[in-house]
Amino acid sequence: MIELKNVFKSFGNKIVLDNISVKFERGKTNLIIGQSGSGKTVLLKSIIGLYEIDRGDIFYSDINFTRLNFNQKKEIRKQIGMLFQGGALFDSISVEENIRFPLDMFTNMTMEEKRERVNFCLKCVRLENVNHLYPAELSGGMKKRVAIARAIALNTKYLFCDEPNSGLDPMTSLVIDNLIKEITEEFNITTIVNTHDMNSVMEVGDKVVFIYEGKKMWEGTKDEIFHADNRYLNDFVFASPLSKRIKSMANG
Amino acid sequence: MLIVQKHSLLIPLSFDSKTGCEYRYIKNTYQMFSTNIQKELTRYLIPLSKISGIMLPKGLFYHLGQYFILMSKVFAQPEKHKIYYKQFVKEIENLGISSIGIVAIISTFMGAVITIQTAYNTENPLLPSYLIGVAARDSILLEFSSTMVALILAGKVGSSIASELGTMRITEQIDALEMMGVNSSGYLILPKILAAMFFNPFLNLVSMTVGIFGGWLVGTWVGVVTTQQYLFGIRYAFNAYYITYSIIKTIIFAFIITSVSAYYGYNVEGGSIEVGRSSTRAVVYSCVVILMFNLILTQLLLS
Repeated sequence: MIELKNVFKSFGNKIVLDNISVKFERGKTNLIIGQSGSGKTVLLKSIIGLYEIDRGDIFYSDINFTRLNFNQKKEIRKQIGMLFQGGALFDSISVEENIRFPLDMFTNMTMEEKRERVNFCLKCVRLENVNHLYPAELSGGMKKRVAIARAIALNTKYLFCDEPNSGLDPMTSLVIDNLIKEITEEFNITTIVNTHDMNSVMEVGDKVVFIYEGKKMWEGTKDEIFHADNRYLNDFVFASPLSKRIKSMANG
Repeated sequence: MLIVQKHSLLIPLSFDSKTGCEYRYIKNTYQMFSTNIQKELTRYLIPLSKISGIMLPKGLFYHLGQYFILMSKVFAQPEKHKIYYKQFVKEIENLGISSIGIVAIISTFMGAVITIQTAYNTENPLLPSYLIGVAARDSILLEFSSTMVALILAGKVGSSIASELGTMRITEQIDALEMMGVNSSGYLILPKILAAMFFNPFLNLVSMTVGIFGGWLVGTWVGVVTTQQYLFGIRYAFNAYYITYSIIKTIIFAFIITSVSAYYGYNVEGGSIEVGRSSTRAVVYSCVVILMFNLILTQLLLS
């Protein structure tokens, strides 16, 4: 479980996160949605400590992450897996070495055990025979899947995904969404996904948090979105004619 | 009220606690600041950059501070020595072994040019021909193999380090490392610094050997010196300390090249244009710092 209490973050005079308080449950796929520039990525990077917040508290289970020193934060980070927007695979090493990297760095496993773990992670994301390929030889969807495999290599407790569907076609996006949901449920981890893809919201959104201009405007489940009376949320979610039609159908 | 001219030099001199005035020495005249000391101190560096017409003080101190903060992280305790050692070996190949070719080619030609130029500048019957060998040896040992090779490597290795780290930064690979709990600066930069400091002295020795060989080859070929005269000159009044001096300089220059370039690459913000700019900055500032330290080290080691 991850909990944010009154989180503020600004860059110079610009307030990017304005008093955000929210709880992300374990074993659920939590989505942060909002327009581009609304503060989603800053919120995600603040939760994982890549940005220092100005005020507020961030709790990982019962541990106040914001009060930890650098080395204590490093220990928490070993339990975090992150899927970056572009995958962020290390392009000078192979797929196997990418997934093995956290194992090499933080475990004393034998090479045989590491290989087994790599193959297990690749199987989880439904990839085979790609061990010796380099990131440049992979498609966009495959890169994301390898990045997920790397993120779960160290028995992750928390999984963060920054726009996992960006640059992917709808079919591949669906595969990635379902993969994230399956991994979340199978390993009972806390997953936070940052997206503005409404297909993802409808597919995997156990809990949805809507951010508008740095403020939390709404939170609920994917089913509650249809009946929400928040103007900003409705403008965002039902921006296209197709989604407007779906909403009117849903409301009878 | 402060009246100053462009490019004037300000040196804090004294402070009068009764009047709250600070006196400074400016271009041979004393002038008085009418502001209180607290206000003055906070404003001290920034107006200085405006006054001098260049951004040197503010930018210099900012970058120096950031550079030392980065270096403190780079030299922090490694997570796993074995992984760092593997990276170190990899960097020796990337930064060192791959540079042997360019160092050898440039050293050969520079040795040849030094020999020919010395020969044409000493066309005096009173000056013995073996002096060509002496001049070539001393030029190569004292200056060329350390400083010139360092400047060349600043171009080759420095731009490579800055663009590699810059690309890793903009593609979030450095963030990915940080996320895993890895000290990204230590993991990425320390092996590069150590590899260059370890291997560049070998490049220095290669440069010395090949440079002197190039001088002999071309000198005898164009007929400005004979083999016997050249070899006599090479051995004449030889001071082994010159090699030590050259290697000390090379090790320090290796640190400058890798750390300055890594600083500019690691702190890239933006996109591919910024990566290119950081690469250029890395080379330019590495060269400037090398030349400054060359002067300091020459004074320290040869005086």
